[in-house]
Amino acid sequence: MTPQDTPKAPPVDAPILDIKGLTIALPGGLDRRHAVEDLSFRVHRRQIVCLVGESGSGKSVTASAVMSLLPKGTLKIVGGTITLDGESLIGASPERLCALRGNRMAMVFQEPLTALNPVMRVGDQIAEVLRIHRPQMTAGEIADRVRELMADVHLPNPEAMRHVYPHQISGGQRQRVMIAMALALEPSLIIADEPTTALDVTTQAQILRLFRELLSKHDSGILLITHDFGVVADVADHVVVMRHGRAVESGKPQAVLTAPSHPYTRLLIDAVPRFHFRPPETVGPEVALEVTNLRLTYRSSSFLGRRRETVALDDVSFFLAKGETLGIVGESGSGKSSLAKTLLRFERPDSGEIRIGGTNIASLGGGELRRFRRTIQMIFQDPYASLNPRRKVGQSLLEGPIQHGVSRADALARVERLMEMVGLNREALSRFPHEFSGGQRQRICIARALAMEPDIIVADEPVSALDVSVQAQVLKLFEDLRREIGFSMVFVTHDLRIASNVCDRVAVMRRGQIVEIGRTEQIFRTPQHPYTQALIAAVPGQSVHADLLSA
Amino acid sequence: MSEIGQAAGRGRRVFLLDLALENRAILISGAVLLTIVCISAFAGLLTTADPFQIRPRLRLRPPGPDFWFGTDALGRDVFALVLHGGKLSLLVGFLAAVCGAVIGTALGLVTGYFRWLDTVMMRVMDGIMAIPGILFAVALVSLVGPSLWSIVAAITFSEIPRVTRLVRSVVLSVRDEPYVRAAEGIGLPSALVLVRHILPSCIAPLIVQTTYMFAAAILAEAVLGFLGVGFPPDIPSWGNVLAEGRAVFQRAPWTIIAPGLFLALTVMAVNILGDGLRDRLDPRLSRATKVSA
Repeated sequence: MTPQDTPKAPPVDAPILDIKGLTIALPGGLDRRHAVEDLSFRVHRRQIVCLVGESGSGKSVTASAVMSLLPKGTLKIVGGTITLDGESLIGASPERLCALRGNRMAMVFQEPLTALNPVMRVGDQIAEVLRIHRPQMTAGEIADRVRELMADVHLPNPEAMRHVYPHQISGGQRQRVMIAMALALEPSLIIADEPTTALDVTTQAQILRLFRELLSKHDSGILLITHDFGVVADVADHVVVMRHGRAVESGKPQAVLTAPSHPYTRLLIDAVPRFHFRPPETVGPEVALEVTNLRLTYRSSSFLGRRRETVALDDVSFFLAKGETLGIVGESGSGKSSLAKTLLRFERPDSGEIRIGGTNIASLGGGELRRFRRTIQMIFQDPYASLNPRRKVGQSLLEGPIQHGVSRADALARVERLMEMVGLNREALSRFPHEFSGGQRQRICIARALAMEPDIIVADEPVSALDVSVQAQVLKLFEDLRREIGFSMVFVTHDLRIASNVCDRVAVMRRGQIVEIGRTEQIFRTPQHPYTQALIAAVPGQSVHADLLSA
Repeated sequence: MSEIGQAAGRGRRVFLLDLALENRAILISGAVLLTIVCISAFAGLLTTADPFQIRPRLRLRPPGPDFWFGTDALGRDVFALVLHGGKLSLLVGFLAAVCGAVIGTALGLVTGYFRWLDTVMMRVMDGIMAIPGILFAVALVSLVGPSLWSIVAAITFSEIPRVTRLVRSVVLSVRDEPYVRAAEGIGLPSALVLVRHILPSCIAPLIVQTTYMFAAAILAEAVLGFLGVGFPPDIPSWGNVLAEGRAVFQRAPWTIIAPGLFLALTVMAVNILGDGLRDRLDPRLSRATKVSA
């Protein structure tokens, strides 16, 4: 990098990564011509730069371009420069790029389970990076370095943990291993693509703290890609907001978050869920659903008779009043999804009762159970997988009512009315699921559940696969429909902010047990159980919205 | 509705043709196969020679203008034999493939869907797979006596486990998809869940597997005929013709080359067709990764 290029910055302060006018072309026939268009930003030493945007904004493509990992043939860089430590990456030879990856830039992926080799001990995976790039290091030196790195990322007992396999440790620990691998060669630049999205909130907070801390010890710069403004608020030194491949705004996070200049940024920030307690619904004494002492154990036995048992639900009891929304919150593995599945009888509980209108559905089977399924319906997390891709939307929606004896004409009328209620037109019925966006598909799934005219809806993380701006719309739809139709709902979510928006009461789950249950506002403002307190403390974005809970 | 519905309908009607034009392997092998099927089906029109006519004075004549593929040890016209024999060979192949696919799919669907059935059924299938197919076919046909259905049954039997396993594996991967859960959740009976929501995912790999079975069945029929436990010698099939020719092979190689050529061509065409369909319908199984420029 010559001084003329960066007249204002002295050489010591030269950026690690300098992207200027980057333009990446998409293959023809898509909705836009460029995946990334005229993007410029810099990453300096000891700085975290956040690239924020919704899905399809081009943020991950940018990361791949920097790592020179763009899929050959489909995405092509057609303009601009990417400079790493003064060396241009565009047009560098494959050998040179291989040397740079790991040595000077490293990547941390979203899903640490798939990014690690499942049949290799974690210590060996970290050591492999060193062995490839530092052939002169002796085995002893490598082992020392691995221990040091694992201590740096706060993995407990590095000596013992070197010898475990990825599936034996938690998601957060796996992500720490990934980060240790990225740090192994002291690269100038670490690119982290949604590094905390697959993690629980408490783990996410720890990992973000780790990133911050590492910057004080290592001389790297971090390019962090995220869709979550909460993450931006917590760790960013500089933020770039992307939309449709263009940077719409950039600057200091405080400035961007408190006074966004672009309406899109404003929209994104407003769409970030916040704690908001709606006045609890006044509900009668009637109970829609009562669960008592529910137990569920997953058993797997291998051919040779070795058995493994996992307790998913441990003595769970609660009730759901008519017209009420009960939130089930907790981290992954807490048993909240198992509870949802058991309520719908996709799983058969070991013991306990699930009473709906006087009938215990826990013990029903066969035709009786099928008839009963009408009364309780589920909305799934992944709208892309919950509609049969080979069937038209109308077929999927009509199937249920017709199965339960509604005439075709009546069912069609009902379904058409519902489509309008969820904000889609009736033409949508004759189309296939792939013609719709994620948010639209989730609306279709809601309509499908409501077409059965159920008393109870169980929604399992219904918005967590959606972009924040879409999330807000779908949550509002739930509110409107509930008010209009008046069903009772069990709402499973890992996001306490979302729970506070839609739930009258919440139950906090941990290791298959309900540790705390009560009025939403009361639970979140004055949590009694230490686990609930930890969950609330870990909610991202509190550094900006300090008034989150007190407002 | 109408516009989109029509587009979808149109798409389906030209689907196979599209496939053929897109992929040269499918086009060529499909054309070869179609030709062989037509030749066999319309054998009566292509040759006026009676395949059963025995001409002791004209035995083992080399190919010439009178007998295009020569004559065999009994003086029968090899050309007529091969053409008429194709009918039976192709019929056996087709029936065995279809029966194997239907029975195997039905078993695979229930085995994959109902967990309690899985262990038992799969061990039974392992047992069947442990018996060499040809050995079982020879035993069954010698026991029951050769007829079209006994031969089809003998060949089908050893193909069923493969289809069952294939379908079961697809069912296992689809069974826990949310859309299948949703179908169960609206109270659909298991049979409907299987047919409407799970079976369609099995179709693509099934088509491919069926073509392989077709080829294997034609070969198996030929092997049975060759071993002398196939159709009676007076009914021509490729296997029979090959078996008859074996004795006089050194003096009259055409008696073996002609039916062998047809057999090889058919099996090859079917296999290439299967490969082409697999590449096209199930890109995950394709070994050749295509890089689009």
